Amino acid sequence: MRAIGIILAGGNSYRMKELSRKRAVCAMPIAGSYRSIDFALSNMTNSHIQKVAVFTQYNARSLNEHLNSSKWWDFGRKQGGLYVFTPAVTAESNFWYRGTADAIAQNLSFLKSSHEPYVVIASGDGVYKLDYNKVLEYHIEKKADITVVCKDMGEGTNVERFGAIKMNEESRIEDFEEKPVVAKSGTISCGIYVVRRRMLIEMIEKCAEEDRYDFVKDILIRYKNMKKIYGYKIKEYWRNIASVEDYFNTNMDFLKAETRDYFFRQYPDIYSKVDDLPPAKYNPGSQVKNSLISSGCIINGTVEDSVIFKTAYVGNNCYIKNSIILNDVYIGDNTHIENCIVESRDTIRANSYYTGTDGIKIVVERNDRYVI
Amino acid sequence: MIKKEMIAMLLAGGQGSRLGVLTSKVAKPAVAFGGKYRIIDFPLSNCINSGVDTVGVLTQYQPLRLNTHIGIGIPWDLDRNIGGVTVLPPYEKSTNSEWYTGTANAIYQNLDYMESFNPEYVLILSGDHIYKMDYEVMLDFHKEKGAEVTIAVMPVPMEEAKRFGIMITDSDRKITDFEEKPDNPRSNLASMGIYIFNWKTLKEALLVNSEKPGLDFGKHIIPYCHKKGDPLYAYEFNGYWKDVGTLSSYWEANMELIDIVPEFNLYEEYWKIYTRSEILPPQYLAGDSVVERSIIGEGSDIYGKVYNSVIGCGVTIGKDTVVRDSIIMNNTVIGNGCELNKVIAAENAVIKDQVKLGVGEEAPNETDPQIYNNGIVTIGEKSVIPEGVSVGKNTCIFGVTSREDYADGHLAGGKTLIKAGDEH
Repeated sequence: MRAIGIILAGGNSYRMKELSRKRAVCAMPIAGSYRSIDFALSNMTNSHIQKVAVFTQYNARSLNEHLNSSKWWDFGRKQGGLYVFTPAVTAESNFWYRGTADAIAQNLSFLKSSHEPYVVIASGDGVYKLDYNKVLEYHIEKKADITVVCKDMGEGTNVERFGAIKMNEESRIEDFEEKPVVAKSGTISCGIYVVRRRMLIEMIEKCAEEDRYDFVKDILIRYKNMKKIYGYKIKEYWRNIASVEDYFNTNMDFLKAETRDYFFRQYPDIYSKVDDLPPAKYNPGSQVKNSLISSGCIINGTVEDSVIFKTAYVGNNCYIKNSIILNDVYIGDNTHIENCIVESRDTIRANSYYTGTDGIKIVVERNDRYVI
Repeated sequence: MIKKEMIAMLLAGGQGSRLGVLTSKVAKPAVAFGGKYRIIDFPLSNCINSGVDTVGVLTQYQPLRLNTHIGIGIPWDLDRNIGGVTVLPPYEKSTNSEWYTGTANAIYQNLDYMESFNPEYVLILSGDHIYKMDYEVMLDFHKEKGAEVTIAVMPVPMEEAKRFGIMITDSDRKITDFEEKPDNPRSNLASMGIYIFNWKTLKEALLVNSEKPGLDFGKHIIPYCHKKGDPLYAYEFNGYWKDVGTLSSYWEANMELIDIVPEFNLYEEYWKIYTRSEILPPQYLAGDSVVERSIIGEGSDIYGKVYNSVIGCGVTIGKDTVVRDSIIMNNTVIGNGCELNKVIAAENAVIKDQVKLGVGEEAPNETDPQIYNNGIVTIGEKSVIPEGVSVGKNTCIFGVTSREDYADGHLAGGKTLIKAGDEH
């Protein structure tokens, strides 16, 4: 075992609007059956990283619920395992995590008591498959101090909500701008880093002494000339779900055959908590076109170009188009839903009408549900 | 000290030969049911839902699939420090090594396993029925009546009673007599093959009768206890209970799941049925697909039309293909432009493009008319059906078949096509 893992899952995003009201971004449901942190967790376990810490803070309950057993990702081990660290009052600190570096600083004993030489740090809101060992090998080959996984977003893509990276021809990072207004390059950081464990401890301790708290701002950007920071470019699918549009588009990507093939059929698999739901059921009158339907759903109406998450009930004569219906939603008869994201556990009364006219509408409806 | 009030012994060694090629490579309890489940999931889920956390599963016939399915019992929460699920195959002894020769003989050979848990009661189950039952309620009944043995029974129509073991009881449900498949039944309470024994009684009965060949609960142990004067009681169960021992009853039980409100409801929060899910992603229904009155498992891709069918996990149904009244098990791939009528296709089968199954008039099956009937086309696991052929009703296909096996591209109704080879 050459590396331990850290998943940064503490953040909230105001760009997620109502969707992050009751859950952490890393607990957002993705592609019908998964949550966004499943991708980072599965990548860790598929890269044979056996000891993984998840740092969580904002609405941690949603994530804790999902991580209540580590066996689904094969972390139920004697050697290593899954550690969930929420901020705690200790003799040294009674602060919340004031930033990503502070989160690591407050749990430095996790790093100190490990013996693996490297650390893989990943954010929990990315949708991708990556063998971290390849990044690690690149890191060793380049004799890098820090390696940052990055991706070309192509000309003209708006990168203002990412960290933009400029590399020289040797892939050494020359410039790193966090959320630039006008970016100098279309290459962005994916929020995945490889670093030697001892060096990380050193840098985090230094940061903490200087009351600096952010991994990107206070480590990557501050040290970019002093340390050898290299970029590792990935060409495969990578999305992160920091805004409602990203979230919607990422889910809709799974309606494409190549995305499904890449994630669902090709090695390695993505794992998630198993819910023990029955197969989806299609009653007479159901009409489903170009859609993903998850287990436990009961469909009576029409669904087109949509992603329906687990245990949703779609009533008779409903029309659902270009929408995302999250877990355990009940939709009464004759309801029309178009260009919407329907929040989980919603109960939509019969004969309702929701449509997103300019952009995606988020539907939150808390009606009483009567089920036989 | 280890102490379990009640442990369960689940008999899962039988072949279930009346399921034809479906059980040629797997034991009956490992046969898929209801899209994503296997038959053994039902008694195993009942155990954990009833608070029985120690289950010995007795295997003998083709145990590989069963072993991998059960594993260490994670899906049923039966991975325990003490107890949990244990697979118990027959084993060699210093003297008198033998296979499991009967239901009670199998239990007899595992006396040591049961002894190690120091139980008060032992629950005997069989792995081939579809039902939801709270064994704890049955145990309460057993204790309340002060019984030595309690047998779960189910009222059946009088005219069908002659197919079962029938219990005759007094008004207090105490068993006064029993008959095995009687011509003129005196009662309609059929034994479900579910027993609760006081451990001491069971142990004694097994030891005394151990020399009997083919030691069986119905034939030897229950009569022995009755003759000895032990109080035997019948626990009446009135829920859904289905024997899926024949292809027709297996097909019917699957089809009952697609009713609008099925009698056997898998969609209730209460009393969940657990299974090992290897495939997690949602299913995809393409733009031209039509799905009506069907259930479909995870990760299936549907490009064609599906009516009144039960589709497993990871199944692909090609474009312009029409599937009616069929059961398609996990990971089977069906090509484009096919037509399937009343087909049971086992796991990992491959049906190439433009294949028509279940066409023409019914003809009785030539080799096993009592197995392959009711117009069902049965396809064994990992079978391959070549492009463009048509197949009649009451047929059975097993193995990798090629165009030459079909005279004029057609397999007439009532034919059995089994390709011998490494696979068989």
